[in-house]
Amino acid sequence: MNQVLQVRNLGKIYGPGCPHCFESTGPEAHTNLCPHCDSVIAIHDVSLDLHEGEILGIMGESGSGKSTVVKALYFDQAPSAGEAIFFDAEKQHALFNLNTAQQRWLRNFRFGMVYQHPHQGLNFNITAGGNIAERLLMSDLMDYNAIRARAKALLTRMEVLLSRIDDRPKNFSGGMQQRVQIAKALATRPPLLFLDEVTSGLDLSVQARILDLILEIQQELKTAMIVVTHDLGVIRLLTGRAIVMKYGRVIEAGLTDQILEDPQHAYTQQLVASAL
Amino acid sequence: MNVTAHTTAGNAYTFGFLDEYAKKEVRRAVLKAIAIPGYQVPYASREMPMGRGFGTGGLQLTLSLIGPDEVIKVIDQGSDDSVNAVNLRQFIEMMCPGVSTTTKTAECTLIQSRHRIPERPLTAAQIIVLQVPYPDPLVVVEPSEDKRKTMHGEADYSRLLVKLYEDLVTFDEITLSHRYPTRINGHYIIDPSPIPRWDVPKLNDSAALILLGAGREKKIYAVPPHTQATPLAFNDVPFRVEDFRDAAGRRRACARCGCMNSFLDEFVSDSGDKTYQCSDSDWCDEQLLQIERLRRKSA
Repeated sequence: MNQVLQVRNLGKIYGPGCPHCFESTGPEAHTNLCPHCDSVIAIHDVSLDLHEGEILGIMGESGSGKSTVVKALYFDQAPSAGEAIFFDAEKQHALFNLNTAQQRWLRNFRFGMVYQHPHQGLNFNITAGGNIAERLLMSDLMDYNAIRARAKALLTRMEVLLSRIDDRPKNFSGGMQQRVQIAKALATRPPLLFLDEVTSGLDLSVQARILDLILEIQQELKTAMIVVTHDLGVIRLLTGRAIVMKYGRVIEAGLTDQILEDPQHAYTQQLVASAL
Repeated sequence: MNVTAHTTAGNAYTFGFLDEYAKKEVRRAVLKAIAIPGYQVPYASREMPMGRGFGTGGLQLTLSLIGPDEVIKVIDQGSDDSVNAVNLRQFIEMMCPGVSTTTKTAECTLIQSRHRIPERPLTAAQIIVLQVPYPDPLVVVEPSEDKRKTMHGEADYSRLLVKLYEDLVTFDEITLSHRYPTRINGHYIIDPSPIPRWDVPKLNDSAALILLGAGREKKIYAVPPHTQATPLAFNDVPFRVEDFRDAAGRRRACARCGCMNSFLDEFVSDSGDKTYQCSDSDWCDEQLLQIERLRRKSA
């Protein structure tokens, strides 16, 4: 199986940082705030691998740094340490050594991102079709009719009524907004997709349909995905492998079934036990 | 630097109102603007004895470029006689003794213009200065100047095209009537000041140097002679200029000179009738003269 992404020793510190930061934070210290210099160790020493068509779950409580990992990989926030290599066909991109133009190119052409809140990923002042068009235009598709056709095909695939293609997403329901966001992220058929708490805040039946959709897309397009969630149900349904984070550190990593059936770390045991 | 004050008629101002340091600043910005076609060069815009937004950017360019042997034409919406043009012309006459003014496009060496490029093709011996209210076309899609600069640097203009897409979806055509985003020399997209779409093709491969100055926004940019200027459009929805056909599909003619290939202004009379007339008054006069000449020859 082809590797898509390799992340090693990723770290992100907010604040000045000091030599005691790493030893005095983390799961054992029950904090990610360094008592010596007041820096926040958002993530430290996170490593992960992702292969073609695989879905990797990142789970953990609020503030554990799971979103920070994805934001660093999607260039929303520059990390303070670590490296990541994206394997694209024959080429390899060392993500954090690229200049901003190259990073923008990867974001536009090869990556997709679906945020928890649709307003982060969508422009509510333009139509649903316009939002998808924006992404296609960013990837240099310059034919109006081709853009229109692609937008229609994508929305149809996402089960959004075609009659609403020219409506603004602010008039949509939460589930529909999320589906438009996924359509936008998939518009360029990216080999790597980030999903950040995509089903949080949606009711159960809508959640289920969106999760089904994500699985179907993974089957169809062989898209590699990183799913960030605190919802064990989502982890169980979608992912093959998972990592568990707490206070910015990876405390457990492995096959999802294994983690959920036989958790090793005390925190994971508590997490699994509480998810009845 | 040769700072020459002229004191004719008790006038203590230097030739061209601006001091030599201010002129040097503007000229330096102009050189940079020509060297990087379409790039908005920031410059130290001076206070002028008129409100910002009344053409101070264009005026500073004009006053920095003008020499005593210059023949200048000042137009506002194609007319030499509207208020903005008249006031600017009087100011230039007052501050630049020896400079001659004209209303004839063919005779001038320097044109300061608000919202129009003359119909008569300009020559390599001429410079046109356009007054610009909003220099940055990205301002409608991105409020942060910092981010806009990055977008310009990376030629990241997809969000402007999204606006065009939205227009096509809503109205079946692009509804921008003026300030049409235009890509210069294959990279930077400029806001070509509020010239109508009609004038946008004139930017392309122009023989004359086109300078654009925004006094309030403190930016100067240029379309150098014979530079490519491409209006932003989709591959399959080409750019088109204003359509002056009436309900029957006939091209409207100027009510004064009968010209069928100029940009027309619409006038509504007290009775509610609409008439159309050339927006470029010098062009209209020229057409009338030609008709007169032909009539005399045949008589």
